Amino acid sequence: MSFLSIDHMSKYFPSHSGNGTVCIFEDVTVKINKGEFVTVIGHSGCGKSTLLNIIAGLETPTEGGAILNGQEVTGPGLDRMVVFQSFALMPWMTVFENVALAVRSAYPTWSPQEIKAHVQKYITLVGLQGAETKKPTALSGGMKQRVGLARAFSIEPKVLLLDEPFAQIDALTRGVIQEELVQMWNATRNTVFMVTHDVDEAILLSDRIMLMTNGPSARIAEIVDVTIPRPRSRETIIEDEHYYKIRNHIIHFLVRHASHGQAEESGDHTERSGPVEINFRDQAPKPVGAALCGRP
Amino acid sequence: MGIKSTQHPFFISVFFLGIFLFVWHVATISAPFDPTGKTDEELLVMEFNGDIMQTDDGQYVWNPEKEKVKGVPGPMTVMEKAWIELNEAFVIKGTNDHGIAFLVGYTVSRFSMGFLAASAVAILVGIILGLNQMLFRALNPFIQILKPISPLAWMPLLLYTVKDPKWTAILVVFMAAVWPTLATTAFGVNSLRKEYLQVAAILQLSWFKRLYKVILPGAAPTIVNGLRISFGSALVAVVPAEMLLGELGVGYLSWIEWNNLDIAGVIFAILVVGTVGVVLDSGFNKLAGLVTYRE
Repeated sequence: MSFLSIDHMSKYFPSHSGNGTVCIFEDVTVKINKGEFVTVIGHSGCGKSTLLNIIAGLETPTEGGAILNGQEVTGPGLDRMVVFQSFALMPWMTVFENVALAVRSAYPTWSPQEIKAHVQKYITLVGLQGAETKKPTALSGGMKQRVGLARAFSIEPKVLLLDEPFAQIDALTRGVIQEELVQMWNATRNTVFMVTHDVDEAILLSDRIMLMTNGPSARIAEIVDVTIPRPRSRETIIEDEHYYKIRNHIIHFLVRHASHGQAEESGDHTERSGPVEINFRDQAPKPVGAALCGRP
Repeated sequence: MGIKSTQHPFFISVFFLGIFLFVWHVATISAPFDPTGKTDEELLVMEFNGDIMQTDDGQYVWNPEKEKVKGVPGPMTVMEKAWIELNEAFVIKGTNDHGIAFLVGYTVSRFSMGFLAASAVAILVGIILGLNQMLFRALNPFIQILKPISPLAWMPLLLYTVKDPKWTAILVVFMAAVWPTLATTAFGVNSLRKEYLQVAAILQLSWFKRLYKVILPGAAPTIVNGLRISFGSALVAVVPAEMLLGELGVGYLSWIEWNNLDIAGVIFAILVVGTVGVVLDSGFNKLAGLVTYRE
């Protein structure tokens, strides 16, 4: 039994014309193990953020569902914390208060001293000691997202959901924070589900990368195993023999699916029936459980 | 530096005030009485009518009592009146003749009660409507109809129902203050960034915590904007309410001085209303600064 599983999940929105529905993604089945770092890559608007929001309990699926630790996800909860692309820090609270709000909710029985120590620990972990009394407005984008990460890690959730966490951060800072995230993850080994469209970021951080086709009716077409040993760093990772193989494979996939639905038609039968697992250690692509992921 | 300091807006303000006072003074100056060309009989009739009076040294001058209602009083006359009123600020001469400090006190307390009650109701209802889009759309037509009604239009009905001019004046202020805050609060809560509510939902905050940790502070800048509009319209409503209801206050002062045909007193009352408004407004801005934040 996997730790987090997304089971035959589909999402339809009412269409703009008012009658009928638009399928965002359909029949997504994913199994994620405890302590695994899984990333979904796809073009903007393919529904990957919607998928993440459903796991978070902020949106509901039209069909299927998500099961975490044997329990179906029915709403948001402290066991699944989201790191938002827009940071979502309360601008009227200081850095400390933002993290403390989360800690107090997660550990309602703790004394103020315990809460303070815990908050301080995570603020220090993201290197923001000294900025506790600052308001988010006074922070750069990178620092804001460090607060977001501190808040997320501080409540020690079962699953961490990262929704394009570094998309609004400048490229140089992004690299630094990615590396910090690698270290934080190494220390905690949380289960992480990330959504991004940055290929390098995905390879650096993930155990597995899921490639999503374009919507409407997006699917997870391929699952790429990142066969690069840990610990990884931005400096050493590019020297790994698999790095460019994986990177090129993902980029080819994304380019192929750049225009809506066209690659669907040229896809072979196995691609249509379920995600193909790509592993560069044993080269040959093999379809995974066609029955499990078959379309209705 | 010297040039810089003369360019300070304060000096320009003083300059314009000086010009205004000068023009006012010159325009309202009345020529001293000139008896040449008038027969003794004509002078006698004028004196008999109270237009002129004889001084101790036998000269004729304009009667100062009649001067008060002839034309617009000049700045010196108004200042004299202000000096007298301010010296008697804490004196109660009769049931309806209270010093200016008392009148200001009555107006401010009347205004505050109406405004605070309206704000409390408007913010509460605004939050409920802001969180419930369906309810908002259901009630919005009523708000739209009630909002443009002048608060003074309610007065006869209020007076008839509560049968007490004191409460009627407060309710008129209430009616003036309730709609802008209600509408902007509903808007502010409704347009609160949804990530904040999502964070609150993930953190499983209780309904009450969600309200005062996330919704209220998040919508605070918009709510304060609504309060500011309400504040202005309540301040505008309190003066005519006092005039019409005859309740002691600065608006009443303006009307009673008109009844006394004391135009300098009317001008003084106008200046007092303005001053009270400025002081209340700056106090409000200080409070507003405490709850606003930058994104």
